[in-house]
Amino acid sequence: MGLTDSDINAIWLTIKLAFTVTIILLIVGTPIAVWLAKTKSWLRGPINAIVALPLVLPPTVLGFYLLIAMGPDGPIGQLTEHLGLGLLPFTFWGLVIASLFYSLPFVVQPIQNAVEAIGKKPLEAAATLHSKPMDTFFHVILPLARPGFISAAILGFAHTVGEFGIVLMIGGNIPAETKVVSIQIYDQVEALEYAGAHRLSAIMLGFSFIALLLLYSFQKRGIATKFRIGR
Amino acid sequence: MTQINSKSSTIIANLQTTLHSGSQVFELTVNSEFPSTGITAILGESGSGKTTLLRCIAGLEKSAQGLLKVGETTWLDDKHCVPTYEREIGYVFQDARLFEHLNVQGNLQFAIKRSHEKVQKAFYAEVVNALDIGHLMQHKPDQLSGGEKQRVAIARALLVKPKMLIMDEPLASLDNARKQDVLPYLAALQNMFHLPMLYVSHSTDEVCRLADHVIVLHQGKVVTQGSINDVFASAQLPHIYKQETSTLIKAKIIQKDERWHLVKAEFDGDTLWLQDHNQAIGKTVRLRIIASDVSLSLQDEKESTILNRLEGRIGGIEIDQQGATALVTIDLMNSEIVAQVTRKSIDDLFLMVGMKIWAQIKSVAILA
Repeated sequence: MGLTDSDINAIWLTIKLAFTVTIILLIVGTPIAVWLAKTKSWLRGPINAIVALPLVLPPTVLGFYLLIAMGPDGPIGQLTEHLGLGLLPFTFWGLVIASLFYSLPFVVQPIQNAVEAIGKKPLEAAATLHSKPMDTFFHVILPLARPGFISAAILGFAHTVGEFGIVLMIGGNIPAETKVVSIQIYDQVEALEYAGAHRLSAIMLGFSFIALLLLYSFQKRGIATKFRIGR
Repeated sequence: MTQINSKSSTIIANLQTTLHSGSQVFELTVNSEFPSTGITAILGESGSGKTTLLRCIAGLEKSAQGLLKVGETTWLDDKHCVPTYEREIGYVFQDARLFEHLNVQGNLQFAIKRSHEKVQKAFYAEVVNALDIGHLMQHKPDQLSGGEKQRVAIARALLVKPKMLIMDEPLASLDNARKQDVLPYLAALQNMFHLPMLYVSHSTDEVCRLADHVIVLHQGKVVTQGSINDVFASAQLPHIYKQETSTLIKAKIIQKDERWHLVKAEFDGDTLWLQDHNQAIGKTVRLRIIASDVSLSLQDEKESTILNRLEGRIGGIEIDQQGATALVTIDLMNSEIVAQVTRKSIDDLFLMVGMKIWAQIKSVAILA
């Protein structure tokens, strides 16, 4: 294929970032999604809106605020310094945190839709069979919402792989630390290395197509709940 | 026979709940006490609050208030509300509600794992046999017919070893042929497992067939309640069930008449001829005589096609002031039968309490 070391570094870093972010988001996003699907609290509207914000905000705006928050005077920055972790901007973990916000709706919404689609009927049936709430969560809600989790994982991963603006704001351009594939392509185009840009762009195109193909073929077989974003 | 432990005691339900759906407000007020043995039917048309009452008893209706006691156990009072998963009930929903991600066996195991009492192999086998679902174990719920789903749901509810079985119109979603797939199993359940049952239905036919005790609901209030015979033989039945007023009789087959394909059934000193459906001699049958199928005559009209004529005395006459009919109770040897006749006939024949009379019975339905 003729990929340079720098290309391979970028690909490896992108995969590592997307994988880390997807795993964390599945863990963090699930309780948020389940809460949103079930709550009757007035907070439902505001929280829904906050979760969906990255869908409409320019990545630069999100990146700008996160940069400030993670900086020496920001709350996240003070916390990380206090914990002896140093400052996060222009590091891999800074990228992870930024991506968590950026990809949150893509993970929360499919899970939320799947849990809402289950409705309360199976949960009531479980309760009459002496199943306590946590028991019902693990043995009824999780398996019934599995298609939603598959959609959430695919979308969360693919969307993190495809981000650019926020990476530029938070991560900059440090090889093997923050230089992901999309930045690498940008660099190559800037440097008029069109052959390199072609190679990586083709890989991205192929990857994105396969990810979406997977998603929609799941949906066709009725396994995944419909991908509705933005609600 | 396996017996599920059930202390014969009463269920006390003094419940109020108010449900809001959109601009609609529904209020249910029930102050009832009913035996926690046998089958208690909750009868009412749709929207009368039957399902809401069951949901309150099961703890599924969060807005329920009041007092709910089952035997010695309090499930709901001012201070406590026992959550659904700690109430020892089996609940059969109208729409089965099998878990779609599990096959039939998985659905049954779900209940067995969570039963408060160990489920013995023999009990499991008995339940599976009783509902005839052994051949369906590997099927997913979407591969089952409506009747099969409902049978699996009943088995699942039994396998959690409840102290009381609650059934919410288990036959309502089934067509007539499928109903016949499930109804005989329901009738047999009570005999096999001796489990008190609460059975919601809008079908008087099902209720008469299955129940020992009945509560009639109308617009969220109890209209009448009592033993099945007392309720159906009384003039207290709400208007929509007026035509269903009937006498329910437990009779024993004592004689066969091969020539005319008839059998003779004896009850409380009187006898009735029934069509021969191969009932064995000595078998107990449940009979229903609709009040409007009984006419009255001042003498024994032997020159009549009506085979069943019972002699008795008028025990009571209840006149429906708003309508054309009256309900006449006739005292037989040791029981009663009710006849619905027109007020005009009462007047024409000068019928009065104490008079000797013949009840002519046009048809007898054999329920079970």
